[in-house]
Amino acid sequence: MTNVPIEGILLPDEKHNHESPSNWKEYFSFSTDHKVIGIQYLVTSFFFFLVGGIFAMVMRGELMTPESDLVDRTVYNGMFTMHGTVMLFLWTFPSLVGFANYLVPLMIGARDMAFPRLNAVAFWMVPVVGILMMGSFFVPGGPAQAGWWSYPPVSLQNPTGNLINGQVIWLLAVAISGVSSIMGAVNFVTTIVKMRAPGMGFFKMPLFVWTVFSAQIIQLFGLPALTAGAVMLLLDLTAGTAFFDPAKGGNPVMFEHYFWFYSHPAVYVIILPIFGIFSEIFPVYSRKPLFGYKVVAVSSILIAIVSGIVWVHHMYVSGTPGWMRLIFMLTTMFVSVPTGIKVFAWVATIWGGKLRLTTPMLFALGALIMFVFAGITGIMLSSVPVDVHVNNTYFVVGHFHYVLYGTVTMGLYAAIYHWFPKMTGRMYSESWGKIHFWLAFIGTNLNFLPMHPLGLQGMLRRVASYAPEYTFWNIIASLGGFLLGMSTLPFIFNMVISWMQGEKAPANPWRAIGLEWLVSSPPPVENFEEIPIIISEPYGYGKSEPLTANLSE
Amino acid sequence: MKIQKILNILTLLTGAIAITVISLWIGQQAYSWLPPQAAAESLLIDDLISFLVTLGSFIFLGVTSTLMYSVIFHRAVKDDFTDGPPIEGNITLEVVWTAIPILLVFWIAGYSYQVYEQMGIQGPSELVHLHNPLAMQSAHAEPNDLPANALAEPVEKIDVLAKQWAWVFHYPEKDITSTELHLPSDRRIRLALKSQDVLHGFYIPAFRLKQDIIPNHAIDFEFTPIRAGKYRLTDSQYSGTYFATMQANVVVESPENYQQWLAQAATQKPSVAKNQAASEYAQTSHQSVQTGWVTVPPAAPPLVNSPG
Ligand code: HEM
Ligand SMILES: [Cu+2]
Ligand SMILES: [Cu+2]
Repeated sequence: MTNVPIEGILLPDEKHNHESPSNWKEYFSFSTDHKVIGIQYLVTSFFFFLVGGIFAMVMRGELMTPESDLVDRTVYNGMFTMHGTVMLFLWTFPSLVGFANYLVPLMIGARDMAFPRLNAVAFWMVPVVGILMMGSFFVPGGPAQAGWWSYPPVSLQNPTGNLINGQVIWLLAVAISGVSSIMGAVNFVTTIVKMRAPGMGFFKMPLFVWTVFSAQIIQLFGLPALTAGAVMLLLDLTAGTAFFDPAKGGNPVMFEHYFWFYSHPAVYVIILPIFGIFSEIFPVYSRKPLFGYKVVAVSSILIAIVSGIVWVHHMYVSGTPGWMRLIFMLTTMFVSVPTGIKVFAWVATIWGGKLRLTTPMLFALGALIMFVFAGITGIMLSSVPVDVHVNNTYFVVGHFHYVLYGTVTMGLYAAIYHWFPKMTGRMYSESWGKIHFWLAFIGTNLNFLPMHPLGLQGMLRRVASYAPEYTFWNIIASLGGFLLGMSTLPFIFNMVISWMQGEKAPANPWRAIGLEWLVSSPPPVENFEEIPIIISEPYGYGKSEPLTANLSE
Repeated sequence: MKIQKILNILTLLTGAIAITVISLWIGQQAYSWLPPQAAAESLLIDDLISFLVTLGSFIFLGVTSTLMYSVIFHRAVKDDFTDGPPIEGNITLEVVWTAIPILLVFWIAGYSYQVYEQMGIQGPSELVHLHNPLAMQSAHAEPNDLPANALAEPVEKIDVLAKQWAWVFHYPEKDITSTELHLPSDRRIRLALKSQDVLHGFYIPAFRLKQDIIPNHAIDFEFTPIRAGKYRLTDSQYSGTYFATMQANVVVESPENYQQWLAQAATQKPSVAKNQAASEYAQTSHQSVQTGWVTVPPAAPPLVNSPG
């Protein structure tokens, strides 16, 4: 295929053979194909999901009994710090970038991302971050122990006295991950703005593309704040500056602002693409168009904007004056408006449809139910007087795990099953998928529901030991945690066996509407022989309009 | 046809009533999920929590039962691969569904604002002391037997010092130090919160009250204990290795007993208080095999009149 200029951007001049990667080695070497990179992200991040999961098992093991008896307190502190860090920076972020990489060019009818080489470099920084994080276990003094938010002055206390210590490595790794994310954001925004196929106006884009677009815009305005905060903290730690060190007149609360100015919106960088995944999956398995498509699309952008002015809700009780607490309470609560619109649209899409409870649909439904729960506890947290009581307790931990496990991780599973035939050219096993779903759904609720009563009773997060009256709910939570750990086994088994010897997948096994389903499974290297010309909106279930003018459906 | 419609409306109505009743019941249960109500503020906060639980249950049950109805009754028949009705939107419905969350937000925010004003916990001292007379009055109107001065001017002033990993309480009037926080009940208390090293958090679950303590800042924090008894104070802001051990007893007693305790403590010579972080640290550093990582050593155990 010759290079086709698309609105001024030229595709890389490389020899292509129209064959999809048939050789597994290709997935482990430098490639500029967005699909290979997408799968590289997914496999790498899943590996770190398991690593973060092992840390979680150690923590739940420690919390089986009130005493601190399984591991030392320092080890426990290292565990929760690395668990949080790995799960956010090495599992949820990269896996969603993986999906975006794989799907966005296909969904908008492009042959690749705008900057394929930048894309590859951004990916290869992820293993570097992972190696640094894991390597920090082996420096004297062990890994960082200040929690994933690394508040000073705790993060500035360096009992080893060494210049190379867990905290320094942690900050470097986070900064590299930030650079990688900025590269990704530039690439996604450019690709979505510039490389849409002819006829694909903004209001003809699939919702997954809308959510990726909104999420990546957050990265562009938020990451500079986090990076600045991290660099200043690094200077305090290594070069003796005093931005945040109160012993030298610095202000640790400033760090909290830098940190949350990015890290609150960051949760929407994670959740928005999951909303996109829901919006792709519900119409297919309900066989109905997405209800209120335009409103849902616009609400993604609204969420991105409002999320930029809510960060102080993490700091209500942290020296924040009353008037500021109340203003941020109102802005935080307003996020529930565009979010509520989306939930309503999904419910209305499912209502009166012809439902097919395949594994992806089960995961998406389970995730939606748990998201509604998380949204309700989120509203409770945004209310200042309630947060004064439950801030930094297990109630918050329960809330964000309903988001991060119940919604994000379950949503990712839904996406993996849904697009597995497209990515691998093979079908997965439905019965193993359903076993996986039920284990994960029961495990999630057993694990995270008990955290709410614990938090209301006042059990703090980040403690290695606790008062005996909290024992009962902790045992239930730990058992649920171990069940969740086990639930990954049928998943891994299913993926590996199906990829090797599953039934061959047709181009469109779900009879779904969308450009990615018009090409073979797996898609050819340059995606489209001929760039499609889009003539109708997505999600045309029940309407017999064709999606494109030139590609067959 | 008509009967079908009436039946549908009846089903919907029964469903809505059932969900309302269940939500109201769950909202009442919420009180039992919380620790004893030992401060005036806890009464206000618990009512707010119960209200939010009621509203939340209603929304949650409404959404899940709609979904479950679809899952049970709107399943595709085996081998039927045709599409459902292509309904893409409905403007009236969309407007209503945007208006409802907006109204709910204003309702919840308004109620939360009211509660926060009535609590008057103040937080940071840099703030002007806002005495909202309206708020004070409504607090008095609470339908419980709070003494008239429960939320009034502070009468008892106590300094709180947090360090890695111990609490020290100083009573300036009698110049007494203690590792146990003694408080007179039904009196407004004002604490001056200080930290010697890192961020800590002052949190008594039975009071529902929490405030971060920031090095180099003195933070004023006010509340009113109303129920005699022994409670726990914990550190709520992660403060390093022995974070979980940073706890203290809080003793709420009648003003007479409180004065007695003060007088008694004033006669005691300062002695070294027992400290869990210090003893655990001593123990692990004497172990022949180190099983953890190096840690910041705990600050010296406090010297106090009343070790509690
Ligand atoms: C309905 C929307 C949401 C609301 C109203 C909400 C509200 C809040 C509030 C007020 C807090 C602070 C609680 C505290 O620190 O005491 C919080 C914490 C948190 N939320 Fe959410 N949230 C929402 C959705 C999300 C989403 C989408 C995610 C992630 C994908 C998320 C992840 C988290 C995390 C990780 C924390 C804990 C941060 C920490 O304390 O370390 N939340 N949420
Ligand atoms: Cu936030
Ligand atoms: Cu502390």
